[in-house]
Amino acid sequence: MALAKITSVSGRAVNVPGNDIDTDRIIPARFMKCVTFDGLGEFLFYDVRKQLDGTEKTHPLNESRFKGATILLSGANFGCGSSREHAPQAIAKYGFKAVIAENFAEIFFGNSTTLGMPCVTASREDIAKIAAFTEANPQGEVVIDLVKLEVRFGGQTVKIAQRESARDALVNGRWDAIGELIDGLPAVKVTAAKLPYLAA
Amino acid sequence: MPKNLFQKVWDAHTVRQLANGQTQLLIGTHLIHEVTSPQAFGMLRDLGLKVAFPHRTFATVDHIVPTDQFIEPYADPLAQAMMDELRKNCAQFGITFFDRATGKQGIVHIVGPEQGITQPGTTIACGDSHTSTHGAFGAIAFGIGTSQVRDVLATQTMALGALKVRRIEVNGKLRPGVYAKDVILHIIRMLGVNGGTGFAYEYAGSTFDGFSMEERMTVCNMSIEGGARVGYVNPDETTFAYLKGRPYAPKAENWDAAVSHWKSFASDSGAAYDDVVKINAADIAPTVTWGINPGQGISISENIPSPETATSADDKAGIIEALAYMKLPAGAPIKGTKINVAFLGSCTNGRLSDFQEVAKYIKGRKVAPGIKAIAVPGSQIVALQCEKLGLDKILAEAGFEWRAAGCSMCLAMNPDKLIGDQLCASSSNRNFKGRQGSTTGRTILMSPVMVAAAAVTGQIADAREVFSVTQN
Ligand code: SF4
Repeated sequence: MALAKITSVSGRAVNVPGNDIDTDRIIPARFMKCVTFDGLGEFLFYDVRKQLDGTEKTHPLNESRFKGATILLSGANFGCGSSREHAPQAIAKYGFKAVIAENFAEIFFGNSTTLGMPCVTASREDIAKIAAFTEANPQGEVVIDLVKLEVRFGGQTVKIAQRESARDALVNGRWDAIGELIDGLPAVKVTAAKLPYLAA
Repeated sequence: MPKNLFQKVWDAHTVRQLANGQTQLLIGTHLIHEVTSPQAFGMLRDLGLKVAFPHRTFATVDHIVPTDQFIEPYADPLAQAMMDELRKNCAQFGITFFDRATGKQGIVHIVGPEQGITQPGTTIACGDSHTSTHGAFGAIAFGIGTSQVRDVLATQTMALGALKVRRIEVNGKLRPGVYAKDVILHIIRMLGVNGGTGFAYEYAGSTFDGFSMEERMTVCNMSIEGGARVGYVNPDETTFAYLKGRPYAPKAENWDAAVSHWKSFASDSGAAYDDVVKINAADIAPTVTWGINPGQGISISENIPSPETATSADDKAGIIEALAYMKLPAGAPIKGTKINVAFLGSCTNGRLSDFQEVAKYIKGRKVAPGIKAIAVPGSQIVALQCEKLGLDKILAEAGFEWRAAGCSMCLAMNPDKLIGDQLCASSSNRNFKGRQGSTTGRTILMSPVMVAAAAVTGQIADAREVFSVTQN
């Protein structure tokens, strides 16, 4: 199965500022007792977006002008906390296709890459520039270019970085082992045929 | 070149090398349960994929099932939803589901062996850390995460790097009142909770040769608590005798061929190991934990460690944290610590021989006043075996509640939970903070007979004294 070669992500962006945004903030633990990741999107940042009674607090994701954004901007150490796969899943299911932050927690970064959701880093100043652009032009397009390692928006360009192994996996369509594993299915059948307990 | 079992099984199941250097490893048997599989099925649907080898996946339900309610819908709608989801997924993808109605339901690591699905020389994966249990049969069995569950469903393989192998030899006869549980608690105490990181553990030596399959399972079960993702015992006549006649074991006409095939996987004499550890069985005492990880164990006659005895700054911080959580006095004997709850069960010690051994000693005795004591068979079949022998009656007369099969109080996903800072003498495998369902609940791990001794005395006690144990 060929996976998409993710060479760029373009769309509107929304800034959720702050450092050390942890996985509990991204998806509170009580929403983890679930049968699929499918519904997780609606609980993204739940406790900072909603009051106890379910009414909305002030939060960038609640602003109608940012609805439909596919690029998430944030601060340092994004995604720290537990190793739960639920956090990047919630972000992806909400509709985000990429995250730009100063840096990422290790496990979150790996889990996101496996989902085909690039996490790229930029300097605090450059993230502020992108955030200022989206603030002024919520409908404006932001392009993350994983080949040139830059972000383009409103005629400006800033540098981004991404760990080479992850970048290589994304741009070559190898970000999730499942693609390669599926490609190997004919060979799997050959191996299985040699084992009596599987031949039966 | 002589090879060990791990290498042989690995080689026989290697499909190919992947671009990143990992191996695409064939997983012959995939076991699933309600907690970690639904998201994987969701991913499968997202990608529009099918289950590649549905007849090699087997499902059961264990974590969320109430052990005192038999009729659905369950009181917890979320538990019911997980149950329904598993049923739906198994039906849709053509997977065998040992649902309660089949009479074969139980904890996944008890059901696989019981059905004869777990076999020597095979690879097994399950989205559950204690999958290492199945290694007792000379299988290589991995606990895996949700994305890997998806990978195995979709391709019957996963991407893995090979492990190193540490041979742990235990030789000699265990002293009376010392059990398989004490052996593994002793090993983890000795090698540390991270000591097995990157390793498969091969358990060997005359002690293991003499162990029943159930005892071997108890040890392999907790390999992961020592950091080893895989633990195994080489298959031998004990293994074959256990498997013979089980529903999924090879039938009579194929039996001899299967046995000789299985034997071929056993480690060759002269096989190389990355590490070898030797333990004298006579050095192992009844062991209990005092802290918040399974490596924080002491023999029943030792004193609770104090921060002053720490070997490093990290160790010291660990002791302080554990004692504060456990509310135990540094330096005092562990014996005599008052308990509130006694739990017999789990995939570590929820099998027939565990209840037999307890019944032998507890017959005619009574659980101390005020102690909540529950006995939870690991599977419906274990329950039936016990009931046929009248063990349920003996336990009930002693004051244990006899429950239906499930994970029960091993973890906080069903109604069996500790309350407040209750202290539980438990035959399970994890004493992490909050593990048994209360954020301040406390767990002391031990063998089933030690749990029984704690139950009748109301405190952590030496079962050898309580029950005048003179021989095993
Ligand atoms: S009994 Fe405990 S350790 Fe075993 S599978 Fe159930 S929850 Fe996990």
